[in-house]
This record gives sequence, structure tokens and C-alpha cells, in this order.
Amino acid sequence: MSEILVRAENLTKKFGSVTAVDRINFQVLKGECFGFLGPNGAGKTTTIRMIHCVLPLTSGKLTVAGVSVSEKARELKKTMGVAPQEDNLDPDFTVFHNLMVYARYFDIPKAEAGRRAEELLKFVQLEEKRDVLIDELSSGMKRRLILSRALINEPQILILDEPTTGLDPQARHLIWDKVRSLQKQGVTIVLTTHYMDEAAHLCDRIVIMDNGKIVEEGRPSDLIKKHVGEEVLEVAYDEAVLKFLKDAFPNDRLEVVSDRIQVFTTQPRGVFAEILKKFSFKAAMIRDANLEDVFLKLTGRQLKE
Amino acid sequence: MTSKVASYFTLPKLSYRVWRVWRRNFDVFMKTYKANFVPPLLEPIFYLVGMGFGLGGFVQPQEGLNYIAFLAPAIVATSMMFSSFFECTYSSFVRMYYQKTFDAIIATPLSLEEVIAGELLWGATKSLINSTIVLGVILAFGLVSSPFFLLIPLVAFLAGLCFSAIAMCFTALVPNIDAFNYPSFLFITPMFILSGTFFSIASLPVGAQIVAKTFFPLTHAVALSRALAVGRFSTTLLLDVSWFLIVTPIFFVLSINLMKKRLIK
Repeated sequence: MSEILVRAENLTKKFGSVTAVDRINFQVLKGECFGFLGPNGAGKTTTIRMIHCVLPLTSGKLTVAGVSVSEKARELKKTMGVAPQEDNLDPDFTVFHNLMVYARYFDIPKAEAGRRAEELLKFVQLEEKRDVLIDELSSGMKRRLILSRALINEPQILILDEPTTGLDPQARHLIWDKVRSLQKQGVTIVLTTHYMDEAAHLCDRIVIMDNGKIVEEGRPSDLIKKHVGEEVLEVAYDEAVLKFLKDAFPNDRLEVVSDRIQVFTTQPRGVFAEILKKFSFKAAMIRDANLEDVFLKLTGRQLKE
Repeated sequence: MTSKVASYFTLPKLSYRVWRVWRRNFDVFMKTYKANFVPPLLEPIFYLVGMGFGLGGFVQPQEGLNYIAFLAPAIVATSMMFSSFFECTYSSFVRMYYQKTFDAIIATPLSLEEVIAGELLWGATKSLINSTIVLGVILAFGLVSSPFFLLIPLVAFLAGLCFSAIAMCFTALVPNIDAFNYPSFLFITPMFILSGTFFSIASLPVGAQIVAKTFFPLTHAVALSRALAVGRFSTTLLLDVSWFLIVTPIFFVLSINLMKKRLIK
């Protein structure tokens, strides 16, 4: 059993009469990549802002490395790196100077800061943009710079709030590569996302949040197996087909989403292939069940905002 | 009720880290130093030429000084006000709201209290820098007659800190950047005109004099600047200094608490 690095007990945050985070419990283990998933407004960002000591708790307990975030904020912030959701790079400085100024907040001596800054720019492939002002960077480059800035103090915990939102696939994959390589180096990673493939890709364990509560937690693959099985059958909607499938899978979940029928089963892999061998349905396909199915099952299909 | 009031005057816990914030602003300032140094160098010349030489020909001596010698130290004082007040309203608001600079900094070992204190010290420094440039200009015009002018930068820092702290209270309270029009036109403009800057404060009706002396920091900055530039001292200067020594810490602490209420929910 690994050491517990972050522990929340009945963690609650209220903004006026709105309860953004509602008595949640979770533990982040040292060295793992831990993800908070949830629709917009679920309380993910609020939770991680409490972890990195900038948002006071309303009630409950939250410790990092055994220390309460309310008591030792300054000491804890020294050990954390934070890449926020929104761009808060300093537009008055160049790429390199952004890292240098940030290093100063951590009392990193100038020579050491310079060495780290050069190294980090190489790590996120921004060496060529070293002396460019922030305004001239693309959004993908800004995300990479924010990631490198979060690493300037060589943190034990890296907090990433929606690290790839709005990025093109190339930029996303680059960020994912970097996150994985950091995890290999022993950095504990806490991230939020509403991209299921991102969570499945990066996270050892996830919690799914909705309306300020944790509705499920576990390994992505376990959650998929538990909630939606291994495979999903999708066919075009047809009254007769729906009735047939209901009879064929009496104990399983069928869902009609716009013009398609989805069948989720707890039966072993291959059962759908058997059916398709015998009958032919319009526009039938079998695909692997994924985290998105779990997510939609648990948090519903209606828009959250 | 008392605890509610007290929450606005909780003493902030500060460390040397406030200078990190100061230094960030100083670095930005130095990157664009040409744009920053030229206006305070040229602006007083317009005042001196236009109002001092032009208007001064029609105006009788004020407080025993010919008009341009009366006006010149006041222009030094107004530059303290404008530079620090606008630094900690518009510029701080941009850093807080648009650039999210404060958010970025509080993710590091710095606290929000230190960020705001650093901003205030920077505002005071802007007052020091700008008014010292203006002081250089009036020196060059031969409008300084006492070696005590060397103490004016000290006044500039103190008065600048006071203006900054008052400005930061507005920054903590305004809903958006346009709302700065209110303090700019309803506080700064009357203060600019009525603080003994362009004419002796003694020419005002008594009621207005009391308002100017009670509520306008500029009144006291002008009095101190003028006394030091021309070497005329009286016991009322102790009141001017005391005014700053009492009011500045109050607004310094208040502005930090108001900012905490705005930004840490």
C-alpha cells in the first residue's frame, strides 16, 4: 500500500448558499496520477483549489503529506506546482522571463532558476520561443509554458486543471507525453478533466464528481467493467429491433440516444458478435465500452449549465 | 458587529516576500522605462510654462511667493498623487482582473496579503520615482530655494503609500474598471484643484478648508513639498506629517482586508 499524500475527509466548500463541494472523501496516493472527472460546475476546480491552499475550506479536513492545508499553506505551496485552467502567464514578460520571475517567488537563486528555465523550455519544446512575448504564443504553446512554469520549483505534487482543454490533438498528445514522463519521475499528479479519453489515458485512479459530490471512484478500467461492461452494441433505432434486443438482453441496460440504440451488457466479450452473426441490424457496430459511457450513465445526459 | 468591523482591520502577516511582488512590477517598469520616464519629465514643463509663466503674470503672489515658485512644489506633490493613485487603481485592477497575475502569484509561497502589500509598496515607489523626476525639472527651472528639498522624496514615498492604499480600497470595491471614473472625477479632481495646489488654501471658505485638510491627502503633501522646497517651516507641518502617519496605516490594513474579501471567497 502506497503512502497517502492527499487526504480529504468530509471536505466541504460553500459559496454563500451554493454548496460547490459537498462532504467528499478521497485519498491521493504518492506517485499516482489521480483524476477528478465531472461535468462543468461539478466542483472539480473548487476541490483542487483547496488542495493547493488558495481557497479556504468551509468544513471538513484536507491534508497534504499529513499537514493541514489551512495551517501550513506556505510550506505546502513550496512543494506543489499548479497549472491553472485559465492563462495567467505574465503578458509583460517574455517566455523565459516568465519562468525567471516565477522562480523568484519560490526563492530559487537566479543561476539555478536560469538553468531550470532552460531545461524546462527544452522539456516542453519551447526553446525557440525563449525570447518571445506571451501574446505571440499559440494556445497550445501557452499551455506548455504554464506546465513548465508549474515545474520550476521541482514539485512533489503537480496539479493540472483541465490541462488540454481547447487544444488540438498534437498539442494534447504532447502534454500527455510530458505528464506521463513526469509521473515516471515520481511526481504525484492530480488533474481535472472532462475528457474521458484523457482520464483513461493518464489516470491510475479517478473520481467522478457531480453536483459537488463524488458519485464513483476507482480505476478507469474497473469502472468501465463495473458500470457498462466490456463492449457496447449500437444499432440504428427501430421499434422491432428494440423489442428484440430487450428480449435478448432482459437483464441488461438498453438506452436510446437520438436515433441509435445502445446495449450495455455485463456478459462476457463476444456475445454481441454472436448475435450479429445470426441477425443483421441496420448500421450495427460493436465497440469497446469506454469511460464516456460510465460518465454519461452516472452524471446523466442533460446539459449541466 | 465589532467582530465584523474588526475583520476589516485584521493585521496582515507579511514577510520579505512582498518585495518579490514589488520587484515583478519594477522589472516591468524597467522594460518600458522610456515610456515611463518621459511623461513625468515633460508634463511639469507644460504646467510651469502655461500656468506659471502664462497665468502667473496675472496672479498676485500666493503665501508670499511669486506664483510660479508657489506652483512648482505643488506640481511635485500632484505627481505623487497621480502616479500612485493610478498605479493602484487601473494598473492593479488590470493585473488582478485581466492578467490574473495575483492568481498566478498566490499559487506560489506568497500570500494574497503579501501580493497586495507589494502592490502598495510599488505604488509608493512610483510616486517616489515620478515626483523625483518632476523635482528635477523644477530644480532645473531654478524654482527650489532650500536644501531641504532633499527630503521631498521621503514625503513622496509616504504620501504615495497613502494614495496607493486609498486607491487599493477602490480597486477592491469597484465592480468593473469603468467604475474608477467615480473616484477619479469625484475624489482626485476636486483634490487636485482644492488642496492648495493652484492657490492658497486660505482663500477657500472655512468649511472647504476643513474638508480639504481632513479628507485630502494632497493638501498635506502639497504643504510638505512646498515647505521643503522653499525652506519655510512652521508647526503645522507636524500636523501634515502626523496626518499621513495616522491615515496611511489605517488604509494600508483596510485595503488588504478588502482585497482578501474580494478575492478569497
